[in-house]
Formats: sequence, C-alpha cells, structure tokens
Amino acid sequence: MSTVKTTEAPSQKNVAAKQHMQGILRAVGMLPILILIGLMFQFLSGYVESGSVSSAFSSGRFISALNLSTVAQQAAVNTVLAAGMTFVILTGGIDLSVGSILAVAAMAALIVSKFPSIGILGIPAGLLTGLAFGLINGGLISAMRLPPFIVTLGSLTAVRGVARLMGDDTTVFNSDLPFAFIGNGSLFGVSWLIIIAVVAIITSWFVLRRTVLGVHIYAVGGNPDAARLSGIKVWAVLLFVYGASGLLSGLGGVMQAARLYAANGLQLGTSYELDAIAAVILGGTSFVGGVGSIVGTLVGALIIAVLANGLILTGVSDVWQFIIKGLVIIGAVALDRYRMSGGART
Amino acid sequence: MTDRSEPSAVHDGPILEMRNISKTFPGVKALSNVQLTVAPGEIHALMGENGAGKSTLMKILSGAYQADPGAIIKVAGVPLVSRGPLESKAAGISIIYQELALSPNLTVAENIFLGREPRNGAFIDRAAMSKSAGEVLARLGATFGPTTIVSTLSIAERQMVEIARAVFANSRILVMDEPTTALSSRETDKLFAIVRKLRQDGIAIIYISHRMAEVYELSDRVSILRDGTYVGTLEHDQMTPDAIVKMMVGRDLGSFYKKEHRFRPNAAPILEVRNMGDGRRVKDVSFALHAGEVLGLAGLVGAGRTELARMLFGADRHVTGTVVLAGKTLEIKGPQDAIDAGLVYLTEDRKAEGVLLDMSVKDNINLMICGKDAKSGILNLAKMKSRAKAAISALSIRVASADVNVGSLSGGNQQKVLLSRLLETKPLVLILDEPTRGVDIGAKSEIYRIIDELAKAGAGVLVISSELPEVIGIADRILVMREGHLEGELQGEQINQERIIALATAADRELAKAS
Repeated sequence: MSTVKTTEAPSQKNVAAKQHMQGILRAVGMLPILILIGLMFQFLSGYVESGSVSSAFSSGRFISALNLSTVAQQAAVNTVLAAGMTFVILTGGIDLSVGSILAVAAMAALIVSKFPSIGILGIPAGLLTGLAFGLINGGLISAMRLPPFIVTLGSLTAVRGVARLMGDDTTVFNSDLPFAFIGNGSLFGVSWLIIIAVVAIITSWFVLRRTVLGVHIYAVGGNPDAARLSGIKVWAVLLFVYGASGLLSGLGGVMQAARLYAANGLQLGTSYELDAIAAVILGGTSFVGGVGSIVGTLVGALIIAVLANGLILTGVSDVWQFIIKGLVIIGAVALDRYRMSGGART
Repeated sequence: MTDRSEPSAVHDGPILEMRNISKTFPGVKALSNVQLTVAPGEIHALMGENGAGKSTLMKILSGAYQADPGAIIKVAGVPLVSRGPLESKAAGISIIYQELALSPNLTVAENIFLGREPRNGAFIDRAAMSKSAGEVLARLGATFGPTTIVSTLSIAERQMVEIARAVFANSRILVMDEPTTALSSRETDKLFAIVRKLRQDGIAIIYISHRMAEVYELSDRVSILRDGTYVGTLEHDQMTPDAIVKMMVGRDLGSFYKKEHRFRPNAAPILEVRNMGDGRRVKDVSFALHAGEVLGLAGLVGAGRTELARMLFGADRHVTGTVVLAGKTLEIKGPQDAIDAGLVYLTEDRKAEGVLLDMSVKDNINLMICGKDAKSGILNLAKMKSRAKAAISALSIRVASADVNVGSLSGGNQQKVLLSRLLETKPLVLILDEPTRGVDIGAKSEIYRIIDELAKAGAGVLVISSELPEVIGIADRILVMREGHLEGELQGEQINQERIIALATAADRELAKAS
C-alpha cells in the first residue's frame, strides 16, 4: 500500500536489485567480520610476542599456513554439525541433541572398530547410529507433532545416557583404529577432516539450492500451512531434516573418534549443539525458518573456530575466552541485524 | 438505507481538515497534494484501489508516518503538530486496523484500558475497570462481558472491543480500515448499527472499504484517491457504483464480470460429490460440477463452505462421502492426492496459508509443479524460469523480475502468483475460495477473466464467495449452504441477491419454498 501504482514497476526493479544485494550481503554477511577478526588476532598475537606495536602485525602468529590449517581442522567437526543444523533451523526447528548423537555415534564407531578384520565398518556404524537417532527425533516431531525444542531437549539427555551405557560409562580406546586416517591423515596435503567438511557443505548446498527437496525445506520453514496445501508432505520434509542432522552428527562422531582414537560417552561432544547453533545464526539463517544459506553457516563456523584459536594464541585465559566468545556472537548478530534493517529501510 | 438522521453535534466547521498532504518514500511518491475534509458526526468513506494511498494517508493521520513539509492537518480547527502516535491519540484520533491489535490472553476490560488502567493507589482498580467497560459494552450491544478473555471472542466481537477502546480514549475521529472483511452479513449489520450510534454521539468516522454496497449504505460522503492523488468527494446522492468505479480506476472497466464461456447443462459432470460431511461442520452435501462450468457456492461465514472445500481437497478429514473426478472415485488422504488427481484449492487466507512471502515469485509459481519437472529430484532451473516468465505474462502479474520475493508484491499480484501456482498443474477442477479477497478492482476484473478462460478451456470451477454481486456475475449456477448443509440451488433466471440471502439465512424459508 505504500507504493503508488504508476511507479510500481520501477520501484520493483529497485526491490529486485535490493533483494539481490541483500541476498549477497546475507550470503557473505559475516565474511568481512571473519576477516576482521582474523586480522585483529594477527596483530594481537604479534603484539603479545614482540611487545612492540610497529612490528606486531609482521610477527603475528595467526596468519601462517600451519595455523590456518589448524583452524580449519578445528572448525571441521562443528561445520559438519552446523550443516545439519542449518537444515533443521531452515524448517523453523532446532536440534539440541547433536552433541549427544555425536557421542553415541563415536562410541558405536569405536566399538565396531575393535572387531578385527571388519573394523573399517566402524564408519558406517557411526553414520547409521547418528541417522537412527536423528530419525527418531524426526519421527516424534513429525508424527506426534511434538515441539522440536522439547523432543531434542529430551534426546539431548537420553542419548547422552545411551552413549555412556554403550561403553559401560568408561572411555573406549582403540590405538589401532582402522579409520584413523580420517582424523589425522591428509590427501594431497589437505587434511581429511577439512575435505569431509567441505564435501558436507557442498552436498548441503546442492540439496538446498538445486533439488525439489530443497525448495520444500524452504517452503515448510516459510509457511508450513501453505506448504501442506501445495501438496508438500511436511512430515517427510521434517523427517528428512532431523535425519540429516542425525546423520551429519554421526559423521562428526566418526571424525572425532578418528582424531582421538577414543571416545567417552560422558564427555565427548558436550555443548557442541551450542556452537553448531551459533554458527548457523552467525551465518544469517533466520530462527523462525524459511530464510538462510549454507554458505553463511560455513562462515559462521569459521568465525567460531578463529575466535577460539585466536584467543589461545593471544594468551587469553580460559575463563575470559568463554566470556569473549559469547559477547562476540551476540555482537556480531546485533551488527548484522542493524545493517540488514538499515538496508531494508532505504 | 433509511437511518440517515442528522448528527447531533453542532456544525461549527470540519472536525478534520487535511490539506497539501504529500509523502515521499525513497524512489516513490506515495501521496501528492492530497486533501480530506471530514465534518463532525459524519461517516466519511475513503475509497481507492490498493496502492492508491489510503493507508499512507491514514498512517500520516495516526502519526505513524510524517508527511512531507507543507502539509496542513487541523483537528477541530487546531493544527495538529504530530510527531508521533501519541500526539495524534491525544488529539482524539483512533484507528482500528484490519489486523486487530489486541492482546489475546488478556480480558476485554484489560484490553480496553491497556495503558490507561484506573488506579487505586498503586493497584489497578479492577472493579471500576470492569464496571465502566461493562457499561460501554452494553451500550454497543455486546453479548460478552468485560472479564471475557479476548482469545475466545470472534473477529466481530474483537472489533467491538477495539471500538470500546476508542470510545474510552475520547476519540473524536475514528478510522476503520476494511472492518467488514472478516464479518458475516449479520455481524456486518450489527457493526453498522454501532457505527451509526457513534455518529449520533458526534464522532466522525473515516471508513475505508472496497465494498461499494456498504459504502453506499453507510456513508454520508465518499472521497476517492487514485495513484496517490485526490480525485474528488461525492455526496450521498451522487454515489453510484459507476461514478465511484470510474473515479477509482480512471477508466471504464468495460464489462466488469466476464462470462464468455458457454455452459452446457447436460455436459457430463467432471466432479461428483456424494454425501460429503463430517457430521458436524459439513452435513451430507451432494452436488455435481460440469466441465466448462463456473459453480458459485454462497452462504454466510460459518456455513461450512470453506470446510467443505477443504474436505474435498483432503486438507481436512471427512467422515462420510465420496468424490468422483472425471469418472474415477478418488481416495484422497491429503492435498497431494487431490493435486495428483487434478483437483486444486485456492485458499481464502492468502497470507496465512497461501503464498510464501520470503520466497521468489519464480519459486512460488513452481512450488507444486517443480517435482514433476525435476529429474531424480534435481530441479530443472531452466524450466522453472520459463514457466515463471510465461505465467507472469499470461496473468499480467506486475513484477520487475521473477526473482523478487512475493512479500514485496501487492495483494492482487500475490493472488495471481498463487493462482498460477495452481494453474501450472493443469487441473481439471479448481476450488477457488474467496478468489478476490483483499484484491484491488483492476486485479479483480483480471481474476474474473482468468476464471472465465478456465471454464472456456473446459475446467470445472467452484467459486466460494461472500460477495453476492461477484457470484451472481460470474457463476452459471449457485449453490447455497447454511449451517453445514446444502440449502438450495439456483440457476439462470432464479439467480438474484434476495433469493441467495433467503436461502443463506433461512430467515424466510417459507418464502423460498413458495417461490
């Protein structure tokens, strides 16, 4: 009602251009902030090292091939979890159980890996365990219409219990892990962890942007009633997203198990769900669903990893790391909102 | 109508005078030198197509927007230097929007006094609040009490709460934006009685509506806006639909309702519905729809029309009944079964369950069909693009690019996007529920043209509509529902407003039987 009909077409051209611009902004959204934080840590770590402002940047330890590769490896597991979380949040849901599912999948992978000759089957065991718990979440949410927050809050606790049960509440070791290469090896100089994370991101991008299922996911998140009246099987979409989140948590579990040669049902993956959610939100995906992108999630996951790495490099104490990380998440999203609303107004 | 008594307040001069009102948004001039003068105790209708600037003008009056410099707004002769909603409210201006602004979990009295609670020391004086709220509600003819929780009230009753709130705010000017959109005709009559009562109390009412009939019935004068400019004001005796439409559109619409398709009554039915019902909201409904026929479905709000449509489409469960489409008995468990069989449904509530506002025009148009175009689940992007392009030109959807989000389109264009989503599936039968609700006149006539063309092409179209001139204008036959069952069927010469109303209300069943 705010536009006049005679000027509707040109103003809509502006709208199209504006939306295009906003789309780009949303996609790269936090990229400038990621770079800024990286440069800041380069300077700070150098300052801590050399004690002089003038040579701080050049003697910084953040930007080096070795450190950046470390950051990427540290980001890998969270990136995989956050990819699954992106599917879920795009439908307007939430999955609080990813950390627990990661733990139970890692337990399953390690236990199977101890069988001689079929040890490599630990990989599918971990993946399928994750998928199974994800489908249980999805089944409860889509068939019984329970709120995702409640269901996954329940499984956060219950699945954690299952993980402890599987190892009799002890740590399971396997120093001769047949798939240890995943956590520690590399292909053409690139760590397997990074390769897996990149493949997960590309696959997710493809599903969301190039498949019918992707359109349906956005539609269900945007308006479930409209989606249903358009003949979309909303229950199937929900089952898929929670299944995907479970499967990717299982993948995260395999990666984590491979890195550590061990899994502990009590400790592994605790509060990982928070980092995954933070990565998705930092990536500009709307909490109410229907709007967001997987590329944004990747940037969000990198910000979290850079933050953790940079704070250690600059020698910030563990306690302050927590405080700063939380504040940066809030601040970054606030900045993003402010910028988007400014863009929307003009 | 007959109730046109002189207002009791003294005519000293206009209660509201708005002159030189312009409003520029970045890139768009929404209003240009608009004027509006309202007398005390007058019901002044404001009409114009969607996008004509009615809402912008009212938002300036309410203080939600600031007019461009040079604007003059006087309330009872006193210049209103409005910096925001508070100043406008203090000057006695209240607005009741289409989307009612009540807190659903509070009581009626709490809503009426929200922000102005009578106090007894530091505490809210609940007794006083209930008592005075009760008095006003009784005067307005409300059947609910001040302690009722708002969420349990109907839309009409909630409107009454808003009106009571305006009365308590000592409003001298009350703006009502499309108040009857969600009301049945009985509720509308009740609302009109209240509005007339307010007029007698000397309150000036600015009444925004798309409905010609009610503007004629209710208002003393009508002002018309077009493309952000003021076109003119008509006195009551100058109001004719033709004159108003011409002023609104600025051109002759030709014949408003299109009916070029030829319905052959003895054609084989394409859709047969037998004993459809859930025993509660829909009872034992049977009818047939023919290929190339536009069948109207009339009735009051709550008569079960939408419920019937949703059952046929599989969106809601039915208990009894069968649906035969093109000779095949359907087993419909959900909407996708109906869509696959060639039966589609256009929802009455476009925003809540129709368009996807955050998705592009292209994705919205392709939502139902993209699965069929896809190869092993992978989207056929080229096909989606060409489908969207073709639909945009076929339905003349006004949009710069298919990649624009639907949320930025006007109501009429959103509706056309939704229609093309259905049309892409090449349906045999379409159920269109209030297809022109919240749509401007230009888009309305285009939607009528589309319906006519569908029938011409051999589709069966069932149109649910609460606007009688509309059903009469476009339908070949009309079914009338009342309290969940089919009350009657009208055909050819039998079709007129009185007959439909008589069947819908059963107010005069004897008359309907006798004739």
